Amino acid sequence: MPSSLHRFAAKIREINQRYSKPHIEMSLGVKISLMALRIYLLLLVSLILYKFVLMLN
Amino acid sequence: MNLFSKLYYKFRKYWKAVQLYLVIAGPGLVVMVADNDAGGITTYAATGAKYGYNLIWFLLILIPVAYYVQEMTVRLGAVTKRGHAEAIFNGFGAFWGWFSLIDLMIVDWLTLVTEFVGMTSSLRIFGVSPWLTVAGVVALMGMIVLNGRYWTWEKIALLFCALNLIYIPGAFMVNPSVSDILKNGLVPNFPGGFNGELFFFLMANIGTTIAPWMLFFQQSAVVDKGMQEKDIPWGKFDTLLGSILTVVVAIFIVIVTGTVLKGIDIDSASQAAEHLLKTNHYVGTFMAIGLFDAGLLGAICISLASSWAFGEIFGWAHSLNQKIREAPWFYASYFFTLISAGLIVLIPKAPLVLITLFVQVVAVTLLPAALVFLILLLNDKKHMGEHCNTLTENLIGGFIVVSIVILSTLYGISVMFPNLFQ
Repeated sequence: MPSSLHRFAAKIREINQRYSKPHIEMSLGVKISLMALRIYLLLLVSLILYKFVLMLN
Repeated sequence: MNLFSKLYYKFRKYWKAVQLYLVIAGPGLVVMVADNDAGGITTYAATGAKYGYNLIWFLLILIPVAYYVQEMTVRLGAVTKRGHAEAIFNGFGAFWGWFSLIDLMIVDWLTLVTEFVGMTSSLRIFGVSPWLTVAGVVALMGMIVLNGRYWTWEKIALLFCALNLIYIPGAFMVNPSVSDILKNGLVPNFPGGFNGELFFFLMANIGTTIAPWMLFFQQSAVVDKGMQEKDIPWGKFDTLLGSILTVVVAIFIVIVTGTVLKGIDIDSASQAAEHLLKTNHYVGTFMAIGLFDAGLLGAICISLASSWAFGEIFGWAHSLNQKIREAPWFYASYFFTLISAGLIVLIPKAPLVLITLFVQVVAVTLLPAALVFLILLLNDKKHMGEHCNTLTENLIGGFIVVSIVILSTLYGISVMFPNLFQ
């Protein structure tokens, strides 16, 4: 079991290494789009968490 | 004689084109018809029962929307030979890749649970126990994928797609008023004014037409099928045909419930089938069979979308053309997703309503991201070459994506906070 977990962790590290750099050309438009996406997702996840806090209460 | 030879030449030309299309046909048709899954059938049945024929015009608008989004995956898959998950990892790096993969895994699994809910509830009408339904579906889906050929899997899936057309004779059997359909259905209108409830229905219809798993599924299917750049025009045609077919089926469901069940609140398609059985036995039976088929088709595609995506990223063999011993992890993840989702439905008092709500909310977080990535990848000249998006395609695609992002966000918020839009 521990060796399986080690192998799995090694695989994840390998994937992270393989895709460490984006291969798409990082133009200004792409950078702005990705930043907007981050902000959007942050807001949405905050809303979901807020909803769960409301549900728990 | 000259006329006959010309006619023969034309016939041969068109027949060759049809034969070529039959070879290429598949991913677009399957993904679009599978889009009318158990949740989709419920949405259309409820829409017809609530608003009659009045929202048919809105469904027609969804044909180009579905087409323009999905045809981009055909080009991306045929040119890069990468599935959607791998394309995101490669294009945007590990952070966005993991985000998309984990989000896809959650939303696919939850959607699969809703497909099992649809299948068990439809067969319960015929007296089949949920245990038997789940066991039968898992066995059937196992047989479909374990034959070791993508081609066979695809043709079986197309057979189930054909069964989805069962709603069309059903609609003719309830004798709808054609003049009412033309008068009320084809002229854009908002029955009862634009209010929170109508907005919820419109969004639910969009949500069932464009789903994140569809992007991942079609691109992976294009790659697994081995489509080349020269096949792109046929792939686009396949997608167009699929998007027309999916909306036509949706319209016929709306016609059935809009004719027989108008004014009745419908919570699920199985409930609609039970109501229909009281008035017209055959139409009710068609509705129940159609619901089972929709759930099965949805389950076939959704479970594959996840397994393909994981195979691409983890480097496992991940093709339906490979036998179980050649691609053990691919099939293991397929069956794990399938069986675990089926078992959830069998748990007494499982929170199925909460799961359905969760599907909608989680899908909303993935859909905008997936659509933004799609547009950006299609603008990557280095990898896409001549199949890069043109200005017109960007304007159309951009407009659709921005609209869907805004509307699906509002939909997600309205699911979480239902009183906000009232």
